[in-house]
Amino acid sequence: MSHDFGGLRAVNNYNLSIEPAQIRGLIGPNGAGKTTIFNLITGIYKPTEGSIIFNGHNIVGKFPHEIASMGIGRTFQNLRLWRHMTVLEHVKMAQYSKITYGIIGAFFGTAKRNREEAEIEERAFKLLDMLGIKELSDQKVVNLPYGAQRKVEIARALATEPKILLLDEPTAGMNPEELAQMMDFIRQIHSELGLAIFLIEHRLRVIMELCEIVQTLVFGEVIAEGPPDEIKNNPKVIEAYLGKEMVA
Amino acid sequence: MEANSSKKKGRISRVRHWCSKHFSDVPLLSWLIGAPVAAVLEDFVGTPLALGLGLPKVPVLFGFVLMLKKPLLIPSILIYMILIYILPVVVTAKLTAPLFNRLASKLLNVSGRLSVVIHLLLLYAGLHLWSSISAYRLLTLKLTLIAVMVTLSLNVINGYMGEFSCSHPGFMALGAYGASVFTVLLFVNDKIFGPAHLPAYLAPYMFPIALILGGCLASLGALAIAIPSFRTRGDYLAIISLAFMFIVKSMIENLEVVGGPRGLSSQPDLAALPIVFIWAVLCIWITNNFVRSTMGKALNAVRDNELAADAMTVNTRRTKIIAFLFGAFWAGVAGGLFAHVLRYVNPGTFGIQKLAEVLAMVYFGGLNSVYGSILGAVSLSLLSEMLRPLEMLKWIIIPLLLILLMIFRPTGLISFKEFDVIKLIQPRNNSREKS
Repeated sequence: MSHDFGGLRAVNNYNLSIEPAQIRGLIGPNGAGKTTIFNLITGIYKPTEGSIIFNGHNIVGKFPHEIASMGIGRTFQNLRLWRHMTVLEHVKMAQYSKITYGIIGAFFGTAKRNREEAEIEERAFKLLDMLGIKELSDQKVVNLPYGAQRKVEIARALATEPKILLLDEPTAGMNPEELAQMMDFIRQIHSELGLAIFLIEHRLRVIMELCEIVQTLVFGEVIAEGPPDEIKNNPKVIEAYLGKEMVA
Repeated sequence: MEANSSKKKGRISRVRHWCSKHFSDVPLLSWLIGAPVAAVLEDFVGTPLALGLGLPKVPVLFGFVLMLKKPLLIPSILIYMILIYILPVVVTAKLTAPLFNRLASKLLNVSGRLSVVIHLLLLYAGLHLWSSISAYRLLTLKLTLIAVMVTLSLNVINGYMGEFSCSHPGFMALGAYGASVFTVLLFVNDKIFGPAHLPAYLAPYMFPIALILGGCLASLGALAIAIPSFRTRGDYLAIISLAFMFIVKSMIENLEVVGGPRGLSSQPDLAALPIVFIWAVLCIWITNNFVRSTMGKALNAVRDNELAADAMTVNTRRTKIIAFLFGAFWAGVAGGLFAHVLRYVNPGTFGIQKLAEVLAMVYFGGLNSVYGSILGAVSLSLLSEMLRPLEMLKWIIIPLLLILLMIFRPTGLISFKEFDVIKLIQPRNNSREKS
């Protein structure tokens, strides 16, 4: 797919193919268009050209919440949490698409609504427990330390039961210890939930250790694609990150 | 450096501490029985006591109007308030606390709903007895209950969903006229609509239909705001909603068939206190059910971060439509009740002045909170009546109060607090397990 913002071609002939349970990475300098690609996949923008096929369906033109219900979950680079809600409420809210009680249930407190709300809460507790943050469930997210907030952001995306999870710079702003914890966290959710993960990252260490195949995006174009070892030594990648003089 | 806020804090917290020490074991049931007791007391000894204290008659609205008109009588008024209201309520509450704690817990064990119904009956008894003394009290009480509905429905849009909607007077107008046209057309021999089509004894049974029709008409109007809200927020939506309010007002002023600027009168006398009370309770109950559900919390998600809500499977369009139409519906029902309480409605009521009043009630009471809406509506309604003798000053004092509040508590008096009915009616003794 390709995408223009007015006269600017932000993404040019981008191709991606991701298999179930694969972990792929996307690296590139700031402003390369990585988050734009996430936004295109999740339906926030509609690509100027091209198609996105998910599970056999073309999802171009669908609403973001429809795409999310179909199984594409995501986190945001700068954390988009809901200030006035607790951790538990975040994970419950992400199950919105599973609600069938409608406005009658919502207005009149029917048995069906009570049952579904209880199920939603139970699923939420189970997920928080699995991710090791159950003790935080009654905390307002704004009171949590940054590392915990990042985990809540991921937990919330997982509550949508995605088949593929798009993580936008999950380790931004973390110190080495938090970084190691986050990488373990990502490995854990990959192995326990068996979902595909598409990761935007700046730190090569994270990419090396977690990803099977990596794409490098510069000015909206993929300049290199392959396993981490190849990418690390690719002269074009080194030039993009470190400058022409370093290549020689 | 020395931190020295302890002196002032000490006084306030000491008072609070004293209050909680002596009254934390009083269940809601005991407070609710205090009101009918005080009202009955006032019925029997109110007039002689008032005359004995030098007051011309029983002070109608807690004596504030009298205090402003004749400041010399303030000590007498205070004595009256203490003897008739404060003392009986407090004493009854404390005395009945042990018995009613047991009763409250027994009732809860039988059925939560039964307990709620009994509390509501007691509350109604108190209000009925208090207001039966004077027609002015009855009118003020009815208008206050209607204000609660308006404030709560606006809070759903402005508080829970964080929009700034100025269209509520328009929704009220649509509901008021919708319900009025229905009842006047069918039950009243009127020069505009012709003879009555149905017998008068059917009117009370059709009144709910009239109100619901008014509410639905308001909801239909709300589509004009909900659909633009898909693309715009904040200031732009405020302008659109303001335009909507003016359009509705002007439209009615130009509709000769409903009386134009002269208004529509001769609505049948259908808005008795029990009716208004029941509709207010329904509004509170349904709204509370809604905002406590995950579907209702989606309003908060759309407010706090719409992009994230979209990414988490929340259908943001549907959420916005539900919020606007729901808020408009109850504003419409409130408008219909308003028209039938006054038995007259005219478009001039639903302009900028009304907008200022309802916005003040919502932001004063507290955003995103059922308690806040009730508090805001009651306090500003009563304040508005109490300051009536001051006329122009009233509209200096009330805005000043609002400004002061915005400085010290920007989100209102009681904001973001969940209304948990079961917690409210639970027995308050130490033996009870905290849930």
